Amino acid sequence: MSMSDEDKIIEEATTGDYKYGFVTDIESDLAKVGLTEDTVRFISAKKDEPEWLLDWRLKAFRMWEKMEEPDWAHVSYPKPNFQDIIYYAAPKPKKEYESLDQVDPEILKTFEKLGVPINEQKALSGVAVDIVMDSVSVATTFKDKLGKLGIIFCSFSEAVKNHPELVREYVGSVVPQTDNFYSALNSAVFSDGSFCYIPKGVRCPMELSTYFRINEANTGQFERTLIIADEGAYVSYLEGCTAPQRDENQLHAAVVEIVAKKDAEVKYSTVQNWYPGDKKGRGGIFNFVTKRGICAGDNSKISWTQVETGSAVTWKYPSCILKGDNSVGEFFSVAVTNNMQQADTGTKMIHLGKNTKSTIVSKGISAGKSQNSYRGLVKIAKGADGARNFSQCDSLLIGAKCGAHTFPYIECQNKSAKVEHEATTSKIGEDQLFYCNQRGIKTDKAIGLIVNGFCKNVMDNLPMEFAIEAKKLLEISLEGSVG
Amino acid sequence: MLKINGLKAEINGKEILKGLNLEVKPGEVHAIMGPNGSGKSTLASVLAGREEYEVTGGDVDFEGEDLLDLSPEQRAGEGLFLAFQYPVEIPGVSNINFIKTAVNEVREYRGLPNLETKEFMKLLKEKQQLVELSGKLANRSVNEGFSGGEKKRNEIFQMAMLNPKLGILDETDSGLDIDALRIVANGVNELKTKDNAFVVVTHYQRLLDYIVPDFVHVLYDGRIVKTGTKELALELEEKGYDWIIDEFKETV
Repeated sequence: MSMSDEDKIIEEATTGDYKYGFVTDIESDLAKVGLTEDTVRFISAKKDEPEWLLDWRLKAFRMWEKMEEPDWAHVSYPKPNFQDIIYYAAPKPKKEYESLDQVDPEILKTFEKLGVPINEQKALSGVAVDIVMDSVSVATTFKDKLGKLGIIFCSFSEAVKNHPELVREYVGSVVPQTDNFYSALNSAVFSDGSFCYIPKGVRCPMELSTYFRINEANTGQFERTLIIADEGAYVSYLEGCTAPQRDENQLHAAVVEIVAKKDAEVKYSTVQNWYPGDKKGRGGIFNFVTKRGICAGDNSKISWTQVETGSAVTWKYPSCILKGDNSVGEFFSVAVTNNMQQADTGTKMIHLGKNTKSTIVSKGISAGKSQNSYRGLVKIAKGADGARNFSQCDSLLIGAKCGAHTFPYIECQNKSAKVEHEATTSKIGEDQLFYCNQRGIKTDKAIGLIVNGFCKNVMDNLPMEFAIEAKKLLEISLEGSVG
Repeated sequence: MLKINGLKAEINGKEILKGLNLEVKPGEVHAIMGPNGSGKSTLASVLAGREEYEVTGGDVDFEGEDLLDLSPEQRAGEGLFLAFQYPVEIPGVSNINFIKTAVNEVREYRGLPNLETKEFMKLLKEKQQLVELSGKLANRSVNEGFSGGEKKRNEIFQMAMLNPKLGILDETDSGLDIDALRIVANGVNELKTKDNAFVVVTHYQRLLDYIVPDFVHVLYDGRIVKTGTKELALELEEKGYDWIIDEFKETV
């Protein structure tokens, strides 16, 4: 393939328009623009929150005011003006819904376009869904079935109302309010999110799934997720994200906290395809998310699997604190960047307990003029005898204008620990593409095939239904991007 | 079926094919032989549509179509298959998924529906047996960790699955032991009908003991300088290429 052809094809890499760019026409209940103590009070009052939570928010807000936005990540973007953002938007007809029939049909239509598994068929296939649109949870299914097992799966606001003791005990216990600039911001203004509690010894019989979606223009979305697996419990949790097309940059600063007690296991899977901006880098979501789990008890396990194809700028490090002895942390990631997207993503594995084990598999795919960075920390503390880590970071480049970067940090304070790191960088070869073409396979399809092959050992960790969606998403994200 | 007329092609400004003529009719097997650097693999690559090569003259008619006008995948769709000299590895993509994609893409090009899984599996088993390819290879990544012989047998297996009108074998015999050679050749012979044709590019006569060609062509300096029957191959084996090159230089 001659150079000019290659350039031309790369230029065409953006012909695949974002397929979820539609706006739902429903009235919203908005907070005033900007962020002051009054905004925090407004949100808390709107949600009819108890005093302790308002105080908790205000404490976060006051600390946030003194904090600086971090700039160590390998990304560059115009810093958002935090006084230009609307911090609360709830879809207007907000009532309690008993069945889906009562939900605003416009909202349902939106979810239908997104392919959200809310309908009967999906229900039968065993997916319980807690849907967050802008900020308020609009429909929750399967609550009864789960309730019989003592599983609590509801919106964060409901949890505050109905299970305040659980929320109060665990909120901020894994990601403290002041952990970082964005977690502080989230703690001050979070509007809703999901809450999940699996009681002792219960194995959650279905995948729990939440779809987040930013709808109102100029609103930031600040949701909070709190998952607690009590002793010997197991849950697999799915999160999917989509945002409609917008010219302005929207901010998404979520916090996810996971607590796994003794012998518990939590599997958290994300497919994220927030609007990435257009080919010139206009618009798109700023995705600054703090996700962290703690393996609090012995023999517990937390596994993060993420497929990231969206957002203009991504800043995200799902991490594990391995406190319990023999606890296990896993991080499997596919991050795709195309056009002008920038991603700085990875994980932190903090080994505190004895014989703790962590595995990191990161697959970065860059196309267009995008920049894709892996940043990871493996920390072995003094007392973590026999700790083991294995990290594998592979980068795949499509075209000659993109970048792939790896920033692995290893801090080891225990001589008995074993830490391994492997990294590779490769390019989709013209030889591979020609081979596929000669067998009759079109270039777009060939790229999808090669990229999916490259990501295989991460995709294998996704629940089946999710894996199919993720596979399609990879193909859509890279449509037309040849190198 | 295939009519090459005055084909000229270059790579990085260097002319490799300098006016090549060749006609292949249905039911025929043509062997292309010649010393290193004569343009054998270039011919195979140009016919398959590899873009590094620039065609600077001549034309190629394939089943009434202007072959040079078609993209590589369209050529595959029209029924042209190239068995690669060095098949590439595609990590993480299973052999079975790859060939299934290829079969269905070619079917789509021809306006046919995807093959039902049951039919596909039946075809797969049948063709695996043809080249004595272990079923285990189906789930391994394309060519990854395959031995030299396995890679070549895999090429013939893919050819059998796609059932092309014209199969071009680019030095498929290189690096094969005698058993693998027999298996590969046997595969080709089984696929041969009166409606398809094969162009076998090879360095050595020994493959032609198994795949008996109707014509043997000697390629030298980007042109076919001598054409004969299978006896020519034996003569080449015995005497080398020098006498033909000398003959050719005299006529020029």
